[in-house]
Amino acid sequence: MESINKYFFKDMSVMFGRSMRHIFRSMDTIVTVCITPIAMMLLFVYVFGGAIETGTENYIDYLLPGVMLMTIGSGIAYVAYRLFLDKQRGIFERFHSMPIARSTILWGHVLTSLISNVISVVVIILVALLIGFRSSAGILEWLAVFGILGIFILALTWIAVIAGLSAKTPDGAGAFSYPIIFLPFISSAFVPTDTMPSVVRAFAENQPVTPIVEAIRNLLSNQPVGNEIWIALTWCIAIIVVAYIFAIRIYKKL
Amino acid sequence: MIENVIQIEKLRKSYKDVEVLKGVNVEVEKGKIFALLGSNGAGKTTMIRIMATLLERDAGSVVINGFKIEKNPAEIRNSISLTGQFAAIDEILTGRENLQMIAKLRHLRNPNQVADELINRFSMSEAADRRVGTYSGGMKRRIDIAMSLVGNPEIIFLDEPTTGLDPEARLEVWKIIQELSAAGTTIFLTTQYLEEAEQLADKIAILHDGKIIAQDTLEGLKKLFPPAKVEYVEKQLTLEEIFLAIIDDKEEK
Repeated sequence: MESINKYFFKDMSVMFGRSMRHIFRSMDTIVTVCITPIAMMLLFVYVFGGAIETGTENYIDYLLPGVMLMTIGSGIAYVAYRLFLDKQRGIFERFHSMPIARSTILWGHVLTSLISNVISVVVIILVALLIGFRSSAGILEWLAVFGILGIFILALTWIAVIAGLSAKTPDGAGAFSYPIIFLPFISSAFVPTDTMPSVVRAFAENQPVTPIVEAIRNLLSNQPVGNEIWIALTWCIAIIVVAYIFAIRIYKKL
Repeated sequence: MIENVIQIEKLRKSYKDVEVLKGVNVEVEKGKIFALLGSNGAGKTTMIRIMATLLERDAGSVVINGFKIEKNPAEIRNSISLTGQFAAIDEILTGRENLQMIAKLRHLRNPNQVADELINRFSMSEAADRRVGTYSGGMKRRIDIAMSLVGNPEIIFLDEPTTGLDPEARLEVWKIIQELSAAGTTIFLTTQYLEEAEQLADKIAILHDGKIIAQDTLEGLKKLFPPAKVEYVEKQLTLEEIFLAIIDDKEEK
């Protein structure tokens, strides 16, 4: 084992370099990932926004955190798709028959997912700035925002690993992401939960998107962050742990 | 004493209720070409996957290059390489990048040089910097085999290396296999084509119904049957011979 672990970082950098090349050679995936959230943002700001009462001056400021999560939701579908292709094309088999640190094969994909999703989120923030988003947050708050987003990306990425490794068709690999993309709609991402009927409201207030959105919203508007940040982190870490255990179990059976 | 680089005894493997390998014995000498013949679903790929440490066996002993498969899978991976039935290449990378990637993963000192050498050896310099996704089937097979040669492994497993190739590409793969063997590499290949085993192999084993029903040289196998009766028949050209002759003609012009 030792002789293999010695190469962990070297193998890791090869795996990571490989899948980052995939990202940069198919920048259209970043565009595809961003286009729906951008459309949503425009729709909500310029069409529905005027009619929505959020208690904030600038609706885009209220909206942005939810749109960020949607972007990540559609970005991880490609993670599942890339893993599925590697499995189907026999690339995993080739790597597994070589003397390399096995875990690096998955971690290369996970790290790439983190970077590519952060790129997509940055694109969304830039578009938001163009249509009037303004934030009073300082460096520390922004770091905290990206910290939360990073952990959220990791949580969804491990779910994507499960989907990609167990899918039978390329379409099946990405299908798991649709419910995740729509989860922000039944949360406080677009409208406050106060006006929702009680059952829907109970769901909205107790699903992971709401505390994550509110934590990010408070950080960006320089408001004190309450309990929600801890609830948000607990959700994400719990998902990471459970999804990781299942993903590794499936991976070992390949 | 003859050195066996692959020594398999009483190998068994089942998938759920279906017993695929029912006590297989195989010996492969160092530096030889060994062909495993069998129809579709006979268990050829299962055998290769077990030897390449991808699949666990149920029972029996598998020793590759002196290492027991259950004890030293890492050492075995160091001495083998696998070319599966379907080209396992990264289609978004170029041919050159694929070779460099494998060289880096084999922890070689100068991966770029290794890649350049293989590109020259396989005369692929024109295609080397195009994405593999744009390659033809034969080209993909060629780069796939080239990837298996990175780091000069002692044993190469080729699972149906010519299935789906046109006759010209098939001859080319045969030539590569013969050159490798001449350089001392042990080759274990599976095939459904009798002709391929006949052309290439030093030793042939026939896998049927989960067991090796014959294992010998071509000469030895021929002796199992009554001596050939001499008859005079007019030799018809096979379609393959005609095809290759026409192609040759065209290229000369």
